[in-house]
Amino acid sequence: MKPAAFKYLVAETLDHALAVKAEHGDEAKFLAGGQSLIPAMNFRLAEPALLIDINALTDMAYVRESGDGAIRIGALIRQRTLERDPTIARHQSLVREAAGHVAHPQIRNRGTLCGNLAHADPASEQPAVLLALGARLRSQSASGERWIEARDFFVSLFTTALEEDEMLVEVELPALAPRTGTCFIELARRPGDYAMMGVAAVITLGEDGTCVDARLTYCNAGEVPVAADRAARSLVGERIGDEHLRAAGDLAREEISPTGNAQASEAFQRHLAAVLTVRAVKRALSEVGKVEGGG
Amino acid sequence: MTNRYVGSPVKRNEDRALLTGRGLFVDDISLPDMVHAAVLRSPNAHARIVRIDVSRALERDGVVAVITADDLGDFWQTVPLVVPPPPIDGLVFNKRTQVPLAKDKVRHVGEAVALVVAESRYVAEDALNDIGVDYEPLPVAADLEKAAAGDAPRVHDDVAGNVAAQVHQVKGDYGAVVGRAAKVVKRRFVYDHGMAQPMETRGVVAQWDAKAERLSVWATTQAPTSLRNGLADLLGLNPVQVRVIAPFVGGGFGAKLLMYYPEELLVPWAAIKLGCSVKWIEDRGEHFLATTQERGQIHDAEIALAADGEILGIKDVFLHDTGAYNPYGLTVPINSQCQILGPYVVPNYDSAFTAVFTNKPIVAPYRGAGRQHGVFVIERLLDIAARELGIDRTEIRRRNFIPADAFPFGNEIIFQDFAPLTYDSGNYAPILDRLLEMIDYWRFVSEEQPRLRAEGKRVGIGVVCYIEGTGIGPYEGAKVQIQANGRVCVTTGIGTQGQSHYTSFAQIAADHLGVNVEDVDVITGDTDQFYWGAGTFASRGAVVAGNAVNEAAEAVHQKILSVAAEHFGCGEDKLVVEDRQVSVAGDPGNAIGLGDLARKANPMRGAVQPGIEPGLEATRYFGPESGTTASGAHAMIVEVDPETMMVDIKNYVVVHDCGTVINPLVVEGQIHGGVAQGIGNAFFEQLLFDDQGQLLNATLVDYLIPTSLDIPHMTLDHTVTPSATNRMGIKGVGEAGAIPVGPLFAQAVEDALELPSRGVDILEIPLSPNRLWELNQTTRPDH
Amino acid sequence: MIEGLFTVTTSVNGSPYTRVVEPRLLLSDFLRHELGLTGTHVGCEHGVCGACTILFDGLPMRSCLMFAPQAHGHEIVTVEGLVADGDRLHPLQEAFRDAHGLQCGFCTPGILMTMKAFLDEHPSPSEAEIREALSGNLCRCTGYQHIVEAVTLAATRIAGGGRKS
Repeated sequence: MKPAAFKYLVAETLDHALAVKAEHGDEAKFLAGGQSLIPAMNFRLAEPALLIDINALTDMAYVRESGDGAIRIGALIRQRTLERDPTIARHQSLVREAAGHVAHPQIRNRGTLCGNLAHADPASEQPAVLLALGARLRSQSASGERWIEARDFFVSLFTTALEEDEMLVEVELPALAPRTGTCFIELARRPGDYAMMGVAAVITLGEDGTCVDARLTYCNAGEVPVAADRAARSLVGERIGDEHLRAAGDLAREEISPTGNAQASEAFQRHLAAVLTVRAVKRALSEVGKVEGGG
Repeated sequence: MTNRYVGSPVKRNEDRALLTGRGLFVDDISLPDMVHAAVLRSPNAHARIVRIDVSRALERDGVVAVITADDLGDFWQTVPLVVPPPPIDGLVFNKRTQVPLAKDKVRHVGEAVALVVAESRYVAEDALNDIGVDYEPLPVAADLEKAAAGDAPRVHDDVAGNVAAQVHQVKGDYGAVVGRAAKVVKRRFVYDHGMAQPMETRGVVAQWDAKAERLSVWATTQAPTSLRNGLADLLGLNPVQVRVIAPFVGGGFGAKLLMYYPEELLVPWAAIKLGCSVKWIEDRGEHFLATTQERGQIHDAEIALAADGEILGIKDVFLHDTGAYNPYGLTVPINSQCQILGPYVVPNYDSAFTAVFTNKPIVAPYRGAGRQHGVFVIERLLDIAARELGIDRTEIRRRNFIPADAFPFGNEIIFQDFAPLTYDSGNYAPILDRLLEMIDYWRFVSEEQPRLRAEGKRVGIGVVCYIEGTGIGPYEGAKVQIQANGRVCVTTGIGTQGQSHYTSFAQIAADHLGVNVEDVDVITGDTDQFYWGAGTFASRGAVVAGNAVNEAAEAVHQKILSVAAEHFGCGEDKLVVEDRQVSVAGDPGNAIGLGDLARKANPMRGAVQPGIEPGLEATRYFGPESGTTASGAHAMIVEVDPETMMVDIKNYVVVHDCGTVINPLVVEGQIHGGVAQGIGNAFFEQLLFDDQGQLLNATLVDYLIPTSLDIPHMTLDHTVTPSATNRMGIKGVGEAGAIPVGPLFAQAVEDALELPSRGVDILEIPLSPNRLWELNQTTRPDH
Repeated sequence: MIEGLFTVTTSVNGSPYTRVVEPRLLLSDFLRHELGLTGTHVGCEHGVCGACTILFDGLPMRSCLMFAPQAHGHEIVTVEGLVADGDRLHPLQEAFRDAHGLQCGFCTPGILMTMKAFLDEHPSPSEAEIREALSGNLCRCTGYQHIVEAVTLAATRIAGGGRKS
């Protein structure tokens, strides 16, 4: 399964890459990790005329704390780094936990976070995670840059808000509020497979132990990562007990829009969403106080 | 002869090459003038070909040739039948075999329509997109039951009802006994066995030497000799002009057995026509549709029993999906049919099947070769009967075992070796005893399971038994030769796809010849080195070729003695053959190395006496009268998450009996690998065809081959009931691990979820979390 | 510069190679057919089976999911380079032989490269950790059990300072 022919360019600077992309538009694609793009090209499902290889832009490989305890991650950070970086381990355990579910180590050694987000496969883990965290994504083009909220970034199946001439250059993960616990759970047929269903839960408790904020997002639950806002809101204001968990799961089951696939029917996906919601929130609650918040 | 090697866990001779990346596989072959082929395949499951336009492809830079059916001239024909149907009374068989390239019609997605030859595979694939084919789609017969219905679209215009075959076999008289049965259990079973998916896909390299008029073909085939014969026939060459080499082959499992795959015919033809070497390597995407596979059967089966669980008889009617063509005859469904008898006394058996053409790829053996389907039926029937009669599941099996003193046991119906099914030897109760001991069965069901259930854990246990007819004929041969440098060479006609022949055959020879196993070079799969043979399939390599090696090595040992006796001027009984030399007993300093002795036996002057052959060499053939019956039992404890229906295998135990063991490490590896494929079959793998014959999951992303996290640690033990069909007492073991895992899963998971007590039996394979959830939803609401 | 052909200079098993290639040439094909290092095998070309795994700057990656030009300026180790000295075997290779960790041998090179990197990072792994690390490499012959035993054996021997005789 050999790819169709393409022209190839090693970008020397970010500006260089953006200028070429502006000139070629959709005929050109950025090549970072390539772990989603290259299999598609081998199947000839994607046939870009030009690949702009950005792997030489090594100063885009950074994880840094920006103000207020937020973390900024550059375009060339591989999923592997998300698993190992001490800053992420300290402040963003959800991203780290989800990274461990992404395919297999060999893929994670090469695939980038930003590449994965730009590919926008609704079954992927990190899009759901970023949605749950309320992350911001920075895109840049030859004519400028802009910030896009995660909830606006994923538009539909394999489609993001990025314009033809834009590159996703950075992700900003906001600091987690104090007394926040997170959990990512997915159920896949085999470890490393696309999830039949996955849940990212971010739960914040007040001083008195009631829930003051909850975010629940799902992968493989629609054309984009899905936030089950009603399910999440049902937890806010409660001292979360088993009946709240079940109720949230039931709400999530109805709120998401899975379409079924080779491994799981739509009905089963909905069922799993309910089950995993309970488990994810439970574990997120047990994590409260274990992760360094911001500020 | 010594017992130094046979029976020992000897390390493999072939490993150094494979571990250092120096093992030669077909795609590693690089010839100076080599060009590369790609196959244009039908995207339609059933269609008329109206027009093929290759003009744009021919214009592409780097394209050498584009070949369609019309270009093949007389070479185009339906290929011969690989396996004719057995001689069974009343059998109906409609032979419809495949062609090298589709001419007027395509009958399954992936059928070969054109061959492109270009300077690289990359350019060849580019050129595939240049070819324009006008198809006129026809109605598709995809679903097995629908294809068998009277009004289904015909896969072959002249075959009514898509009947590829009808076979009815009878033992005793089921009708006469069913009336007096205390219990009759009747169910419909649906069993889907998937695809072999070896890690190496198929490939062919062909080179025609026009001056020497010799064709060399490297192919990932399990039957190089048969391929050589077929190519010679079809290309109008003498067999000795054709050399087929199966080098290291990365797994076969039956998928590399078909004669003849279109590419195996096209690539040599193209090499001759074009005057340059041609290579074709199948990619994984093609593999799903271009390589043979097994699929489904639907059984309407019933079992009649006495009140104590004794089997009075079994009746079964089934449909078998054979795909668009049936070159492999009836091997798979006949195996299913015979397998239902299992290790049990079944006095009355009435089995009828219809093999049905469908617009899907060819069905041919995949490790187990239809036995999976059959063992599912009998083991499930016994499980249900046991429950309904209030008998323990292991007890009902034990009560029906063929007793140890009843062998050879005749089951009368015709088996895939064309002879009445006969079990040569066996002793089943000790296998079950050992298995139950190893998994601590009685304590589990009486103490541990109730305790865990009370804690809310859904744990279940499964125990299944099976036999496997192995080591069938017709024959294999081996040549054993002491070379002038003292190394031993063993040559045989079969090929190797990982079965460790380079070691196991060396072990046999080394024991006879007083050498170390590393001193023995084994050559397999090269038709220039050995002319005769059938192939590697049906768990027969060790049995049939192994015994040929044994005979030949024994004969060479005898020659060593007679030549050495003359050399030393003493009686043969005074000689010691060990440490790579022959010496006179009690006088080890007076010795001659085997290589030197071989030189002596090949004189450069003088004469060779009449009736004596030069050299220390012998060729022997072994052809067993019938197959030899291996047996075993598997047990498994699982825990099922009742919310997600994920299955965790807590314990997996196998006790097997393959008679004499040549190399216990190898046997273990075969069992492990077989069980892994069985688990894949039971819980992970399924080819999902839609009603238009399109394969929905034609990638390794969605066709789920189990990983190291999906396969448990297995505990193995074995018993030895020597084979009665061969001197070494060997039985085959290649397929054993894969055969009973389907019913094992069904039984254990059913037990874990307590489905039967809520009105649900598991009657299908494969299972999955999704399917278990659905089945669980159908349980009676009052439980 | 936008390239129709690309000049790749890469180090493979410690030796430098320079070749002019089409950009679309997969790294797996580059290694096997341009450089003749056929020990790395190709099983699927969509990044699932792991047979094509090599070490890229020391980390295991799937060579079927990289283009040859991407190796420019980088270091690759294939199974042929697992041991610097051609005659000796790496403890992993020896252990695979001792424990019967391979049958047809097709998936083996990819597994060796994956496990080498894994043992470098986890010198005393449990069975569960080994199975986890192995889960990105498919084997159809062995059922994985002897592979796990081989890796455990290799880890013990490496920790003990080499093969015990």
